[in-house]
Parts: sequence; structure tokens; C-alpha cells
Amino acid sequence: MNSQILGVVVMFVATLLLAVPLGRYIAKVYGGQRVWTDGIFNPIERLFFKASRIDPGIEMGWKQSLVALLTINLIWFLWAVFCLLNQSWLPMNPDHNPNMTPDLAINTAISFLVNCNLQQYSGETGVSYFSQVFGLMFLQFASAGTGMAAAAVVFNALKDRTTDKLGNFYNYFLRSCTRILLPICILIAAIHLFEGTPMTFKGIDTVTSVQGDTMHVSRGPVAAFVAIKHLGTNGGGFFGANSAHPFENPTYLSNIVQMVAQILIPFAMVFAFGFYCNKKRLAWVFWGVMTLGFLILVVPAIITEVHGNPYIAHMGISQPGGNMEGKEVRFGAVASAFWSIATTVISTGSVNAMHDSFMPVSGMNMLLGMMINSFYGGVGVGFLNFFIYVILAVFIGGLMVGRTPEFEGKKIEAREMKIAMIIALFHPFLILSFTALACYFTAHDTNMGWWFADAAGKHNAGGWLNNPSYHGFSEMLYQYTSSSANNGSGFEGLADNNPFWNISTGIVLLFSRFLPIIGPVAIAGLMAGKKFIPASGGTLKTDTGTFGLLVFAVKVIIAALAFFPALALGPIAEWMKTP
Amino acid sequence: MKKEIIPSILLTIICILFFSGVYPVVMWGIAQLAPNKGEGFIVKDGKGKYYYENIGQKFSDDRYFWSRPSAVGYNAAGSGGSNKGPDNPDYLAQVQAAIDTFIQHNPGINKAEIPSDMVTASGSGLDPHISAEGAEIQVARVAKVRGLDKSKVETLVKAHIECPMWGMGPDRVNVLKLNLDLNNLK
Repeated sequence: MNSQILGVVVMFVATLLLAVPLGRYIAKVYGGQRVWTDGIFNPIERLFFKASRIDPGIEMGWKQSLVALLTINLIWFLWAVFCLLNQSWLPMNPDHNPNMTPDLAINTAISFLVNCNLQQYSGETGVSYFSQVFGLMFLQFASAGTGMAAAAVVFNALKDRTTDKLGNFYNYFLRSCTRILLPICILIAAIHLFEGTPMTFKGIDTVTSVQGDTMHVSRGPVAAFVAIKHLGTNGGGFFGANSAHPFENPTYLSNIVQMVAQILIPFAMVFAFGFYCNKKRLAWVFWGVMTLGFLILVVPAIITEVHGNPYIAHMGISQPGGNMEGKEVRFGAVASAFWSIATTVISTGSVNAMHDSFMPVSGMNMLLGMMINSFYGGVGVGFLNFFIYVILAVFIGGLMVGRTPEFEGKKIEAREMKIAMIIALFHPFLILSFTALACYFTAHDTNMGWWFADAAGKHNAGGWLNNPSYHGFSEMLYQYTSSSANNGSGFEGLADNNPFWNISTGIVLLFSRFLPIIGPVAIAGLMAGKKFIPASGGTLKTDTGTFGLLVFAVKVIIAALAFFPALALGPIAEWMKTP
Repeated sequence: MKKEIIPSILLTIICILFFSGVYPVVMWGIAQLAPNKGEGFIVKDGKGKYYYENIGQKFSDDRYFWSRPSAVGYNAAGSGGSNKGPDNPDYLAQVQAAIDTFIQHNPGINKAEIPSDMVTASGSGLDPHISAEGAEIQVARVAKVRGLDKSKVETLVKAHIECPMWGMGPDRVNVLKLNLDLNNLK
């Protein structure tokens, strides 16, 4: 077991060691300073901007940046829906997969657009290679670039000055994709090629097994896809089993690479903020708060999974590997438990083991990771979510010491607070109200009509659960939490490919992506326009451990008040029942 | 909004060509240097047949070391786990049945030594590995059915335990490779 624990420690330390220099590089990219990739990408970007009639030198205000962001996102959405609805006749479909139904196509397009990658289809049978590469993989780049660009606008607004010019959105977006995401993706994909991940445009291969059974083996351009899937904290798998699939994640080494890839940019964005605004101490305080939260969630999960399933222990067999249901032998319980929490605190949502089969304590910690959604968080947006909590903490701290709340030399006033509160409360509102709706139908076993049909063609709502009792409740809670956190992992037993789930999660996805981008950008934009007040003896210092703890406490209080009752009905009840 | 539409469309087209066109082609080019040209690693049995090294196969014959239970029956046209919760009564009954079957086919083993990975389904349903304990507990059965010396099979299993990479990760045995070598054992 020690060898497995060493594995996860190495992953974590390696990520940190890479994230600091990457953060410095990102800060330079957004600051327009010279970087080593200039030689390759300057001419390419100039060509791109010329062809799209954009002048990257024109600075935008926060409103204009948001308009540009929403417009281009709408166009991406339409393109993805077109791909998914027409894939049967479009090229690159060797396995002859059919078109998606409209509700599934819209759900899938939204879900990849918003960096969630909730997948209510299986990659092997649900999409063509054209859809995978030109539709979904494109969105994996674009949605990550969008989140990073929004964070860059906020960084720019938090500099010590008064301005309404916050850089050019298109420029931040394209630079994020070309100079940050692409070079690292090429490296990650190349490592995967030599570990056994396919990168081919050939379709299913048929082989006879040693025992004489006929096997069909799905393949595809997986290596390119899996790189951006993790680096952009997207998480949508090429195959149905995501990173548990032995082609998508063939070895322990590829598992380490994918783990590092997905936490790398969420770490690095925090440090990039420090370098960009020259507030390195504050960046470390932020990172410390995030890490404290992550460790509190991950350690119990690892211990429970290693300990195994008490119900199976009761049957009298041994569990040397821990709870192995839904887990792969090559990763083991420790790396799987570490992954399950890492993928939920950041918004990746890829899985290397099936979350439905984890023990209740681990399941609860995954849910908490997504409910709080800013212990690191997704690329760019994690920082934005964290920023909301910082604003709340500044306000509460200001009240406690009896000062006008200020952050980075700017007053926080009623308008900013209102926006921050709406964003902070909207997340639990979406999760809890939709879960309550789904529960109502389940409890009454309602006939859902065309909104839902299970595998047997029955329309009763009870048919969407794969597990009874408290765990069944957790399946529904998890689905909406994952949607609202733009995470994309699932308790996959839930029968979710039908109009009810496709439409309801689609609504949650859209709101929970764009409001948490609009809110922080608006707050930062408003703050940037205010008079800069130099720090004095009475200023609430933010780059201290005390302030870090205050931010942490605000998160815990909001999450506990909002979600404790729901958790008590699901994983906590399940845990208390366990012998 | 209006004046952003045309630039947005143009930038989108160019980005699609670059990130979905150039990038995958570059990776496909690099794949030509990788083993089996990026079409998945294969192992050959020396008689003209090939298998995918990383894709687990169903082994249920007593002559072979068994692989783990699978929710998709080791048909790699799909993938997935059972998604059963840890306290689901139906699921626990399935595990109990798998234990009973295992004991029936491996008479004389100590029940407390059956590792749980041999009676639980993997996440992908295509797990190519079993734990070292899972292989060792099947040695007696395989040796008996094949009429082989037990110590020889034991040695073969030992040779197939893949050590953790640089001291990290769990011990494991690739069932396909083990069984292919088993076929060549005299």
C-alpha cells in the first residue's frame, strides 16, 4: 500500500513544481511580455486576427468583453449541434454511428460548451470521429480558453490602478489556446502514444480471443483528445468508461500524466494571478486555502477506499486492494480515490473508477468538492469562483473590524456585494431545487410520458435509478451537483439519456456556467473603475493566514448551511447504516 | 453584439481548422513512430493471431487464469462498470454468487484468501489485469486441470507479476500475457 501512497504524493508534488513556473509563463503571456513561444505563435496569431478582422490591440471594457464572450460561445454552440445532428452522413464515421436525438445533441453541445462534459451517451456508439474531433475536441479547447480569458480580464481589473480598459478578450482567448494549452497538449498526447493510447482514424477491429470468443475493439483518435480533455479540465471521455478505459488510460504512468495535467492549470492560474498583479504572497494564501480544503476531502476518501467495503468483508473474503468494485487493478484504490476527489474539486469530471461504486464517505466528499467548487476549481473559472468567496470574506471581515470593506485598494460596495451573493446562492439553488423536483417524481413513481423511458420502455420515474434507498437519492443529487459545478462526472448508474434529464441538466449547465463568469467579471470591472486607495494602517490585510482562514470559514459556512440537509439524506444516511 | 458576430464566426472557423485539423494530424504523424502506429499495442501468439495487450479478455475456462467479472462481458465495442452502490442488496447477492462460483471451481482454497478484485467488476469492464493474489490463488486449479507441475505454474505467475513503476502503484498481472505463456508451458 505504501507504494500506492508514494504514487499520489509524487503526483501532487510534481504538479506544484510545474505549476509555479507555468504560472509565471501565463502571467507573461497575458501581460504581453516576451516569451519563448513568440517566434512560433506571433506570426500564426497575426494571421488569425487578420483573417477574422479583429484588432487585438483594441482594449475592451468589461461589458464589451462579456458581449464578445457570449457571442462567440453562441456560435460554437450552433456548430456543435450541427455536427451532432448530422454525424451519420458527415465524414469520419467508420463505425456508422447514428445522428443524436435533438435533446441529446443540445445537452451534449451545451455540456461541452460550458466545460462540463456531462456525457449522456457513450463515445463508442454515440458519436462519430468527426463529432469527436471537430465538434467536441474543438469545444474542449475553446471552453478552456474562454474560462482562462475571463480570468485574465479579472486579473487585469485587479491591478493597482483606475481604468475601464481591460485588454482584448479575443487576444486573451487565442493566446490561452495557442501559447498555453496547445504546446502542453502535444507533449501529453505524445507521452500517451508511447504508453499505448491509440491515435488512428480506423474503426472497430474484430479479433478472436484466446478462449475463442469474438471481440470488437473500438479505437479512434484518442491521444489528441485525452490531452486537452485533462489539460482544459473538460473531462469528457473518448470512450464510455472515460479514463478507466485501458486505451484512454493504459498505464500507471499515463494515469500520473493525466492527473498532473488536470490540476496543473488550476494551480498555475493562482500563481499567474500572483505574478501578474505582483501579489505573490496573496497567491500563496489562496493556494493554501484551496489545498487545505482539498486535503480535508481527499484523505478520508483514500482511507475509506483502502479500507474496503464492510458488506463484502462480512462475506469472509479478503480485500487486499480495498474497495475494488468499479476500479481498475492497474491504478489501485489509492490513486482512484485521489483521482475521484481531484476531479471533483477542479471541474474536470473525468473518472478512472466508477464513482457510483465508491463508499459513502468518498461519495460525500466528491459532492462537497463540487458544491464548494473552488478548491482549485476549473481552468480560469475556479479562480473566478474563489474570487466571489474572497469578496464575501472581505465584506464579513470588514464588518468584524468595523472598516469599509476594501480589496486591493478598491472599495467593495452594495452593488458588488449583491452580485457576489447572487452568484454564491444561485449554485445551491439550482442543485437543490432540481434535485427536489427529480425526487418528487421518483417518490411518486410518476408517469413521465415522453419525458422519460427506461430500458424496458416504461415511463415511470422510479426506473431512472440504478440503486435503491439513500444511494439512489445520491445519484440524483450528484447529477445536478455535477451539472451546476460544470464538472461532468456522474453516478453513472442513473438512466440519464432521455428528455427529462437532458433538458433539465441542460438548463442547469447554461446558468451555472455563464452567471459565474458574468458575475466576477462584472465585479472586477466595477472595481477597476473605482478610485485606488493606497493601503494604510486601517486596511484589512488580505495576504495573511488569518484572512485565508476567514475565506475558508466563509466557504464552509455557506456549503454547510446550504447542503448539509441534502447530504444527510444521501451519503450521510448511507454511511450511518453501514455496519 | 451585432458587430461581434462576423469576427466571431471567422475566428471560430480558423480555430476549428487549427485545433481540430492541424493538431490531430500532427499527433497522428507522431503516432506513426509509436509501436503499432498508434492503433493500439498488440501481442502475437506466434501462430499468426494477434490480441490487444491492454484490452482485457474474458477467461472463464478452468484451463486459464480467470480475469475479473465485467459489466460489459469484455466486449470492447463498449465499456463501463456495474455502477452498483456498495450497499445495494442485488449487487451484494451478485458478489456472493461470484464467490460461490469461484470456490466451486477452485476447490480446496481458503475462502479468506480470495481477493475482492476476482469477484467485483472493474470500471471499464475491460480490465486487463488481476491482482497478484488473484493469480496466485488460481495456480492449484490451473496446474491440476492442465496436468502441470504446480511449482512450474507458480514460477510462471511470479515472473508475470508486474512490479510497481519506480516503486509506485499496485502489483498486478496481465491475464492475457500470462495465459499466452501458459499455453506454451510444457
